Amino acid sequence: MPDPIPRVAIAVKINGRAQRFAVEPRLLLVDLLREEAGLTGTHVGCDTSYCGACTVLLNGQTVKSCTVLAVHADGGEVLTVEGLAKNGELHPIQQAFVECQGMQCGYCTPGFLLSTYQLLKKNPNPDEAAIRKGLAGNTCRCTGYQGIFRAVEAAARTPGK
Amino acid sequence: MLAELGEEARPLAGGQSLIPLMKLRLAAPAHLVDLNFIPGLSQVERANGTLRIGALARHAEIESSAIARLIPILQDCAAGIADPQIRHRGTIGGSLAEADPSGDWVPVLLTLDTTVHAVGPAGERAIPLAEFVVDAYTTQLGPAELIREIRIAVPPASSGGAYIAFKRCAPVYATATAAAQLTMNGDTCADARIALGCVALTPVRPAQAEAALRGQPLNAKSIAAAVEAARAAADPPADIRGSSEYKKDLVAALVRRAIETAARRARGESVPGGHLYA
Repeated sequence: MPDPIPRVAIAVKINGRAQRFAVEPRLLLVDLLREEAGLTGTHVGCDTSYCGACTVLLNGQTVKSCTVLAVHADGGEVLTVEGLAKNGELHPIQQAFVECQGMQCGYCTPGFLLSTYQLLKKNPNPDEAAIRKGLAGNTCRCTGYQGIFRAVEAAARTPGK
Repeated sequence: MLAELGEEARPLAGGQSLIPLMKLRLAAPAHLVDLNFIPGLSQVERANGTLRIGALARHAEIESSAIARLIPILQDCAAGIADPQIRHRGTIGGSLAEADPSGDWVPVLLTLDTTVHAVGPAGERAIPLAEFVVDAYTTQLGPAELIREIRIAVPPASSGGAYIAFKRCAPVYATATAAAQLTMNGDTCADARIALGCVALTPVRPAQAEAALRGQPLNAKSIAAAVEAARAAADPPADIRGSSEYKKDLVAALVRRAIETAARRARGESVPGGHLYA
């Protein structure tokens, strides 16, 4: 039997909560979130850095968590879909996705929510071209893009987005 | 450490190609040496007439840098690579070292005076980009050698460039790409550099297309000659993205658009460029 892989101690603040883990250096960030932190809202779609279902924010920037190592989050902050709602209230972006039918099966939705969160932080009033560019790394295999774009436009008009 | 581990080890930069390749079992390195914790390799700065970009500068950092606003072709490239998530992680050094025939940075940087500064057990050396890429996925780098920095000469006044990449959607490989960098002297094209991506195992500089413009008045006739020469220089493989003939027509259209955009930018106009989706 091969030797067990030595574990690396990492400290990551996930959705505002400081946590410590001992991980194999090869562990992916998405597996840290789902398996170690128990946050299963981050979905694995293609697992090859295409679809964006696994999108989270790492130190304020969207990344595909299936293509980032957990050790790269050491000392950093991660925001997942579980961190959007506050005090039992949906985040304005989530509310807009509900109201505009910005989802069909919902599998890709966590990734779209976080890419929208990033887009509106950088550009609070995006036009359609900017929305398309901002969400270019997320795929909806139900092809429900019209509802998603309407939701982003609606979210952009909401205070506190 | 790379020297100790030997050829089965791979350096890991942004990981946006290597990690998916490992998942697909197209790469199976025995060891990964993570470069991300090495400090001082992320600068994007101008020192007199030279731009210095650290190997670990992420595409998004270049996209939002002052030098990208100074040199539009760099902006076209950095702002359009893949998608936002990948631009936040992927690095310019990783892109050059991978030497993927579909990569964005090599054709763009071939139209500028670019040298790759590498460091390894034998010390540091500067390699002109045209010599750096040897073949598809193959560079001059030795197994224990790393890119430290990319240096680019600031183009002369009255220069403009454009990079146009045509792809089906953001996260996939482009079907074909064209980069053009022109230096104008009034209505005459004092210098012209053109590079084509995705049309051969390595990016192509179509020498006759450049010659059709260099020293000539830039007009419909000289541009048409350059476009036809570029089409003739491209030998794109037929694949899922299109037949060879289709891609040659596409190259011609992209080169024309790149030259026309570059010329307008050389005159100081602000014109959009970058990646186009089908």
